[in-house]
Amino acid sequence: MDVYLPIANLAVNGFVIVGLGALTGVLSGMFGVGGGFLTTPLLIFYGVPPTVAAASAASQVTGASVSGALAHARRGGIDYHIGAVLVVGGVIGTGLGALLFRLLQALGQIDTAINLLYVIMLGSIGSLMAVESIGAVRARHTGRAQPARRRRHHPLVASLPLRWRFYRSGLYISPLAPLLLGMFTGILTMLMGIGGGFILVPAMLYILGMGVNVVVGTSLFQILFVTMATTMMHALTTRAVDLVLASLLLVGSVLGAQLGAGLAQKAKPDVLRLVLALIVLGVALRMALGLGWRPDEIFTVVSL
Amino acid sequence: MLGAAHPETVGPLVLVPEVSQHEIRVEQGFTGADLLLYGAILTPEGQPVAGDYDVVVVVEGPPRAVVVREKRQVAGMWINAASSSFRSAPGFYAVASSRPVAGIVDSRTAAIYELGLDWLQLSPIGSIDPVRQQRFARGLVDHMQRMGLYHEDPGAVSISHQVLYQARITLPSSVPIGDYTAETFAISKGRVLASGLTRIRVDKQGFARFIADRAEHAGLAYGLCAVALSIAMGWIAGRLFARV
Repeated sequence: MDVYLPIANLAVNGFVIVGLGALTGVLSGMFGVGGGFLTTPLLIFYGVPPTVAAASAASQVTGASVSGALAHARRGGIDYHIGAVLVVGGVIGTGLGALLFRLLQALGQIDTAINLLYVIMLGSIGSLMAVESIGAVRARHTGRAQPARRRRHHPLVASLPLRWRFYRSGLYISPLAPLLLGMFTGILTMLMGIGGGFILVPAMLYILGMGVNVVVGTSLFQILFVTMATTMMHALTTRAVDLVLASLLLVGSVLGAQLGAGLAQKAKPDVLRLVLALIVLGVALRMALGLGWRPDEIFTVVSL
Repeated sequence: MLGAAHPETVGPLVLVPEVSQHEIRVEQGFTGADLLLYGAILTPEGQPVAGDYDVVVVVEGPPRAVVVREKRQVAGMWINAASSSFRSAPGFYAVASSRPVAGIVDSRTAAIYELGLDWLQLSPIGSIDPVRQQRFARGLVDHMQRMGLYHEDPGAVSISHQVLYQARITLPSSVPIGDYTAETFAISKGRVLASGLTRIRVDKQGFARFIADRAEHAGLAYGLCAVALSIAMGWIAGRLFARV
């Protein structure tokens, strides 16, 4: 099935794109991540211009997080209070991200910056996840219970001025902390076309010290709104959102997400985390090799 | 039309060029196009040409200003280090000929008529160092060749009965839209005896045009549409499967 992408200016095989969406959809259903970290690089390998890939992947993440966010909302798993602060930070972040995008584009360093961000973010978070999940799998096999972690926010968070009470998360912290976290993931969403769930969730747990029962729901809530803002930002600045590409990805990912959710119930959670960690590390490694190896093409051409 | 009056060579000729499509519609399902360029070459009296001659066809897409960037290894990473700008690099360029251009004309004539990738006039901006310019120009041509947007195809023109010529040029799905020219040259003994120009328009049509146009001119509505679409699809899928 040949499909012409009107913004990417390219004909692609529609089934490949739907399949790609399904693959990331399965991941998002299984692990509760948006899957943007896989969609964007795969689209770029397939020949879609990087800006179009990042812009269109954002709307796929929106679609993938809607049903998850609704499910968490029904069972009261969203702290709207802290979620709103995160969203405000995220929207500011997408604005900053758009400026940064333009600056890097003008300098000709946008591709390198995106690659480096992938290597650093995915590499570090993938390693952390791998170490943690290997520990968990081992502990289960040896039958030793893992020491319960004390839930506390990071000392830096405590030093910020102004304090608000976030009842559902059980926190009394400065709203600046979630605001900054939201801004940071917003910038990444704009630059990398990712939702940022795999950064938000650990940051909420280990830096903000939020309760486990609201972390995933609140992160999905933030991702939902911030990817919407990102799509709007791209539509208004880079004009690189390809509706045809996004639709194909969405069809695949919403179906894949349902499949993934079913699979997730059958697997052990620590094994799932290990698999996700390996996938994340794999993408990071591929990106790192891409930076280090002599590329086929030394020259690139961009319209002025 | 150019003439050359030499008794021993072929005299001034009449070249009537035609192309299979004057308008290429880039619409849903577009996977590229095959252009057939054909025509007749006759003496002014309407007779077939007596001597041997060659035909070169050049199809050129809309020019645009570009930046060419060169990667270098910095601290173990390959990153864009140097750049050079060109004022008018064609978005598409294809040369088809009845045999390799180097055997048909000398380099001076090839440069005048831009017959081949080595002779493209790219109008560099800024840098005047010719060695550097040439390096970047080569890089540009190489990049565009990899993208399938520049190609040279010696042997793609066939001439039948010394009268009719035809050439096939393939446009990939990623061709830029705009006005194209197809120029045909009849050449004998290194001289251009006749030339003819036809124009081709490549334009987005129908749904593809609508989408591209909305994205460019109605960003707000377009973005809202994309957001609404993704929410609706995510929500519907969640609903459908939750009931099963």
